[in-house]
Amino acid sequence: MMPWWLIVLIKSALLLFVVVTAFAYAMLFERKILGWMQLRPGPNRVGPWGLLQPAADAAKLILKEDLTPKTADLLIYKLAPFISLLAAFAAYAIIPFGASGNGVWAIGNVDAGILLLLAITSIGIYGISLGGWASGSKYPLLGSVRSTAQMISYELAMSLSLIGVLVLAGTTSLAGIVQAQQRMWFVVPQIIGFLIYVVTAVAETNRAPFDLVEAETELVAGFHTEYSGLRFGLFFIAEYVNMLTVSCVATLLFLGGWNAPFGLTMIPGVVWFVLKVGLFMFFYMWLRATLPRFRYDRLMAFGWKVLLPVATLNLIATAVAVALKG
Amino acid sequence: MRKRLYNIAGVLQGLWITFRFMFRRHETIEYPSVRKRHAPRFHGLHELRRYADGKERCIGCELCSSICPANAITVIGAENTPDDRRSPGERYAARYEIDELRCIFCGMCEEACPTDAIVLTPHFEMADYRRGAFIYSKDRLLVPVEAGRGEPPDERPGGIPADLGSVAEIKSTVDPERGYDATWRGSILKTERKGLAG
Repeated sequence: MMPWWLIVLIKSALLLFVVVTAFAYAMLFERKILGWMQLRPGPNRVGPWGLLQPAADAAKLILKEDLTPKTADLLIYKLAPFISLLAAFAAYAIIPFGASGNGVWAIGNVDAGILLLLAITSIGIYGISLGGWASGSKYPLLGSVRSTAQMISYELAMSLSLIGVLVLAGTTSLAGIVQAQQRMWFVVPQIIGFLIYVVTAVAETNRAPFDLVEAETELVAGFHTEYSGLRFGLFFIAEYVNMLTVSCVATLLFLGGWNAPFGLTMIPGVVWFVLKVGLFMFFYMWLRATLPRFRYDRLMAFGWKVLLPVATLNLIATAVAVALKG
Repeated sequence: MRKRLYNIAGVLQGLWITFRFMFRRHETIEYPSVRKRHAPRFHGLHELRRYADGKERCIGCELCSSICPANAITVIGAENTPDDRRSPGERYAARYEIDELRCIFCGMCEEACPTDAIVLTPHFEMADYRRGAFIYSKDRLLVPVEAGRGEPPDERPGGIPADLGSVAEIKSTVDPERGYDATWRGSILKTERKGLAG
């Protein structure tokens, strides 16, 4: 029997490889989808159907010059991308991808999984805020101020929309929540919670139409204006890995995780999991190709005056329903 | 508030449109491998043409150079000698240079030319790394003898009428009575040509 730390190490290395590959092809997938929706073929020069494009992009980013502004706060400026990336990857330590018998396919099956996941993903915002602040230039600062405000506003509604699921499942363990969905996916009783989660998840990951943190039409590139080369690449990876993370959470909490729909159990659970995550990722890209960016005050108004009250009401209604039933 | 913020039907409509467009044929022409067909009279790189017997059409009159709005054409004419007749006329172009970086491809030279010597071809891929390479001298503009007369614009639909014919014919149309007056020659040829063609 191998020592436990070796098993964790192997699992981590494997997962890191899977997540990085998933990131690379999520990016290619996005560019292809955007291209098709805009009547373009998308990247198709590197390799067949552009399949080697991620490798070309990586080589380009690594070879580019790493610039540092004179006014930057050096230590924090250099550290910020790593904080973002670390938080983004750390989330995968507790995300389960499938189950066989009693075992759960995850590095760690934590009892308070969903709480820990929210805590870890919230750390990623430090990378964005600090990176923008430490750049010592005005557009990154504006971007990071926006991101802080946006995160606080949308994190609340997001957490409230998730609590509805927790009340129904009666557990905070991610694997437990998936098992609780064997009869019915929580997207059905928690449809309002799901819709709120979708909106807030897009806002949390700073994606269009809530990408005010980057907002190239107003803020050049927002918080990562001054970053270049590999450091910019790290932020880029973190953004896509975060997208994958919230897609995983949506799958686990609302779309039944690795439970097969329509009793199609001959297809393994992992495949269903990946399919559902892919579907959610597609929705992300679809939104980006469709909607223009929100105005900042409307974003705030939407978060505080609509999402938060609706999420609260949804939670109360769920709690009352569960109490009456039980 | 309702009207201002959340037009959900509008969002769904937008999503539907982008979804439909995903399955449409894309508009991109993947240029180096797929080429678009040009209009038949596309204005591209110049070409100096020859008569059927291999003589140069250009008579060094410099009308193209005068009309050129971009001052891109330089012509230096020289007299034909009985031993070395380059063109059927009295003079020929000793040097003929076009700076393709100056050229705006308006086609005025083509219109001004009394002998249809200078012609804009549909060829447009002239990119080069050296500036000097864009100054096209006569050896690059002139159609090689073995290539015959070159691709005439005459054959393009709606283009100028068919070829002038052989040198002998042209010679015969010049009125010997009027002689070879330099100021007249261009217009004589032009009128004669029109007579011939039509």
